[in-house]
Amino acid sequence: MRRRDFFKSSVGAGIAAGAALSMGGYQKLWASSPVPPGYDMVAVMGGTPEAMFDLAIQEMGGIGAFVKKGQKVLVKPNIGWDVIPELAANTNPGLVKRIIEHCFKAGAKEVYVFDHTCDNWVNTYKNSGIEKAAKAAGAKVVPAASENYYQLIEIPGGVKLKSAKVHEVLLETDVFINVPILKDHNSTRMTACLKNNMGLVWDRGYWHSNNLHQCIADYALYEKKPALNVIDCYNVMVKHGPQGVSKEDVVQMKSLILTTDWVAGDAAAAKMLNIEPSRIDYIPIAHKMGLGNMNLDSLNIKRLKM
Amino acid sequence: MTSSFLRKFRIGFSVVVLLCFVFIFVDYRSLIPESYKNYLLFLQFIPSLIKFLDLKTLAAGGFMVVLLLTLLSGRTYCSFLCPLGITQDLFSRIGGRIKKRFKRFGFRKPFTIVRYTLLAATLAVAIIWGIYLVTLLDPYSIFGRSVTYFVKPVVLLLNNLFSGILGKLDNYALSHIQIKGFELVAYSIPAAFLLLVGLLSVIKGRLYCNMICPVGTLLGLVSKISVFRIKFNVSKCTRCGRCSVVCKSSCIDFLNYRVDVSRCVDCFNCISTCPDKAMSYGVVSLKKSGHKTDESKRKFVAQSVLMLFGLSQYAKAQEKKVPVPTSESTVKENKTFPVCPPGAGSFADFTKDCIACSLCITACPNQVLQPSLKQYGIAGLMQPVMNYHKSFCTYNCVVCTEVCPTYALKPLELEAKKLTQLGKVIFIKDNCIVKTEKTACGACSEACPTKAVYMIPYEGNLVIPETNQDICIGCGHCEFACPTVPYKAIFVDGNPVHLAAKKPENVESEMKTPVEFPF
Repeated sequence: MRRRDFFKSSVGAGIAAGAALSMGGYQKLWASSPVPPGYDMVAVMGGTPEAMFDLAIQEMGGIGAFVKKGQKVLVKPNIGWDVIPELAANTNPGLVKRIIEHCFKAGAKEVYVFDHTCDNWVNTYKNSGIEKAAKAAGAKVVPAASENYYQLIEIPGGVKLKSAKVHEVLLETDVFINVPILKDHNSTRMTACLKNNMGLVWDRGYWHSNNLHQCIADYALYEKKPALNVIDCYNVMVKHGPQGVSKEDVVQMKSLILTTDWVAGDAAAAKMLNIEPSRIDYIPIAHKMGLGNMNLDSLNIKRLKM
Repeated sequence: MTSSFLRKFRIGFSVVVLLCFVFIFVDYRSLIPESYKNYLLFLQFIPSLIKFLDLKTLAAGGFMVVLLLTLLSGRTYCSFLCPLGITQDLFSRIGGRIKKRFKRFGFRKPFTIVRYTLLAATLAVAIIWGIYLVTLLDPYSIFGRSVTYFVKPVVLLLNNLFSGILGKLDNYALSHIQIKGFELVAYSIPAAFLLLVGLLSVIKGRLYCNMICPVGTLLGLVSKISVFRIKFNVSKCTRCGRCSVVCKSSCIDFLNYRVDVSRCVDCFNCISTCPDKAMSYGVVSLKKSGHKTDESKRKFVAQSVLMLFGLSQYAKAQEKKVPVPTSESTVKENKTFPVCPPGAGSFADFTKDCIACSLCITACPNQVLQPSLKQYGIAGLMQPVMNYHKSFCTYNCVVCTEVCPTYALKPLELEAKKLTQLGKVIFIKDNCIVKTEKTACGACSEACPTKAVYMIPYEGNLVIPETNQDICIGCGHCEFACPTVPYKAIFVDGNPVHLAAKKPENVESEMKTPVEFPF
């Protein structure tokens, strides 16, 4: 019953509208889960990305709470840049691999991995180490560098972004697991959960030229939401993001954040970078639109050290 | 040798060569390592010659091998190694199906004036002015362009068809590829030449090689003193004329038992067709035939060379002037200079040596290399230019510099390339979303691999781009990523001479590994 307590407290905290909306979303999401997870967020510190995920997902009730037998799963890391894993511009390949393994263990029929890369996709998939890691775990690594792979969807309620072309794999899969890496970002100051969605769509230029922050929040309205967000904070690019220049940009934080609320995830991620979440415009916008809860104090967060 | 083995060997060998060449020009998945491509390109006459003039090392001495081969065996290069020659044999074969052979071939007098004029013109223009005519007429380049412009798109379309079908079956082994940069103007010259070569070969066999091709004419001159030749055995010959009928070069004058070695491409069709085994390929007999000099011929060649002086001056006048940077425009991007590919060194060096074979265009994984239209002036038509509206140059890539057969693009180590400045970034604040819309963007800075484009505080919570040209390498990712239309708010202005960019400096972050969660 902690969930209800949480919502009650949220309402009490004076964000009635937002909470009500988000509750609608959550009920739909968890209605099918056999074991409702106990926490809104699990944060782990001090282990390898793989070990931290193992622990965090166990605290969340196991991957079986999110992935059921026979389902098709999309694991969507950030594979934006043609950069080696040590420079932390892309999600840790070991983490991606471990998540895929968990999915298959839970009986997933198929696991897909893709990202609409910023750099040349062939090199980026390869040099990020993610293609190899994902294939080793048995996932299908799908190209995303041609408009042909994208289909038009509507975003009812979007203020600036009312429609977008999203990758067909997002539409064809049953479960969406969002696996961003936390990074500094030159323009939005931070990238994690919500901004990782820019790799799901074809026309990013539209977002950039039509109020980027509003578009990032608007996209989160789209009905196909992640069942789980896994924020890779093992190696964190704290400046010169999102691409980075050299290893001086990276600080080892050895952390991982697991959450079902991507606005909360982004708020926690911002704090990891020592930025007030309200300073990152899309976070308060998304919060006000009821897409999640940026007030971490009102959430049930499990913090663990390894 | 009188057996038909020679012809079969020639066909087998040339088919393999042709397939290899087609493959390297349609290799959109970069399956073939660059070093293998270089092996194949080593013996291409014109690329090797240009590379040699540049490097002056025997590593680029493929053309010498060809010359020696020609001295020894005649124009075997044209039948065994020239991809355009082999393609013409293929067309000719198709032509043979349509039209009966005897109507097409048979002995004809050589187009002496035309072929020597074109050879002299090509040489003269190349020496006096530049590579322009070589670019147009070099058989390897014509072949490369034909395949890149007309075969590769078909291969890509097929790839996309199959990738679509496989995708429906949940298989992503093939990926859909968007075809960028289909410019009709750039296609006109390759189309015209493909048509010309195609038609001539379908109707008249090797007429292109013996009338227009400067390489063919040059090797023809050399083969006049070649050791191995096609010979008549007069005692066996019944003058049936079958050899002449199958001769693609129309160079067998069977009534006089003569083969015009300057036109013979050693296809050996005559040998295998001769019912009396009267034709053979072997060492030339020492008996010297009378030789007379044709004075009028020489005069003509001299005159044509002179005429070309004038012509080249005319073309020079058409050449694009090297523009001086003008004051920055506030709305329209004002590119004062096109961006030459990495490894070019300078605009002058590059355009001097590039024969527009388009191998780099086809090899570029980002499709940022596009045939130029007027960027380099009319003389540089079809030479590759960086098109940052279509794509950008991948930071971790030097493929174009590795495949160039003429050294117009010189090999660059990756670390050197990352510090080679092809052009400089220019920011047009008045076009920028942050200023005009008062919303966040930063697409340019995000894309910049060196952070030559970075963000500084602007009004309120906003940040706006700022540039540092010292560390800009001119890759064009910012220009490509900039979402403003029709004019970009940031662009790269080409460097006429590529410069060294400063290495981006970076300092350790003040942030430390956390001990506790900050939330």
